[in-house]
Amino acid sequence: MTGAQPQSSPEVAAAIRSSFAVGLAVAAYGISFGALSVAAGLDVWQTCVLSLLMFSGGSQFALVGVIATGGAAAGGAAIASAVLLGTRNSLYALRVAPMIGPGRLKRLLAGHWTIDESTAVATAQPTLESQRAGFWWTGLVIYVGWNLTTLIGALIGDQLGDVSRYGLDAAAAAAFLGLLWPRLKQLQPITVAVGAAVVAAVLMPVLPAGVPVLAAALVAVVVGLTNLFGTRESDLAEAEPDPMGER
Amino acid sequence: MTIWHIVLLASIAVLALKLAGFAVPASWAEKPTVSRLANLVTVALLAALVVVQTFGSTRGFEVDARLPAVVAAAGLFALRVPFILVIIAAALVAAAIRAFS
Repeated sequence: MTGAQPQSSPEVAAAIRSSFAVGLAVAAYGISFGALSVAAGLDVWQTCVLSLLMFSGGSQFALVGVIATGGAAAGGAAIASAVLLGTRNSLYALRVAPMIGPGRLKRLLAGHWTIDESTAVATAQPTLESQRAGFWWTGLVIYVGWNLTTLIGALIGDQLGDVSRYGLDAAAAAAFLGLLWPRLKQLQPITVAVGAAVVAAVLMPVLPAGVPVLAAALVAVVVGLTNLFGTRESDLAEAEPDPMGER
Repeated sequence: MTIWHIVLLASIAVLALKLAGFAVPASWAEKPTVSRLANLVTVALLAALVVVQTFGSTRGFEVDARLPAVVAAAGLFALRVPFILVIIAAALVAAAIRAFS
């Protein structure tokens, strides 16, 4: 892995600096995930298993968000929301796979650490060596940090009791908004966001918890397949995650 | 289905999606429809989750202290305030409104 590589070139040093800048900022917000997860009804262990095994912020927030409103009965919708939000990681994996190279164990670990931030830092680097350094260091810093802060947040959340008194329910809404914000740079995603919000709001009173969120995803499928409101330039611009704007 | 089933099933599925990206030919990433769909599905789900998390309640749809908190968060994100500070600010706004109403 990275430890075996000589860290001689300035490009590699710059990649490692970005890894820590992005990684530490992101890891800090594992605290809010841990606290919200416990508030949603998961225990400390379940919360930590999500961060250890699933390790994808958007999917984790979605899963506990649906459980918060629908409980274990909404399990199917909770799993589906997490999985749908996780599909973008497949695309990130396609992009980082050539940087990682062969080796089954190495690719397994790389796959686990393929998230918004590791992909963003890696693809922003100029050389293959610095791309590798950026990917592995960002993955490592976030994996260790995210899991530690998840545990701290879960333990704090466990002590809080009634969470609405502390505004934790509003913090969850703000967290989703923060994940959404950097993606709203073109007309097409903005249109989809507004459409999906309206669909979810209309369906909320009539459908069980979690289902309106899945129905809202259909807006994206329709707009995505027909490329309404889209341009070729927007495809290219959206394909690269923004390393600083992610969280 | 217990919470443990949900946690483990969803975690394995999300991990499998990441690994799947390493198993298919790299040319798939170049298809504009595939990457556009993945990006837009992410946007749609996050937007819906903002709405559900802001207005959701056991009675279906409810306007309460969460709405001003989310509006405040939107303003702070527009000003490029760091994520964790915005989250704390949103919680404080909702908590303050509830404490004084």
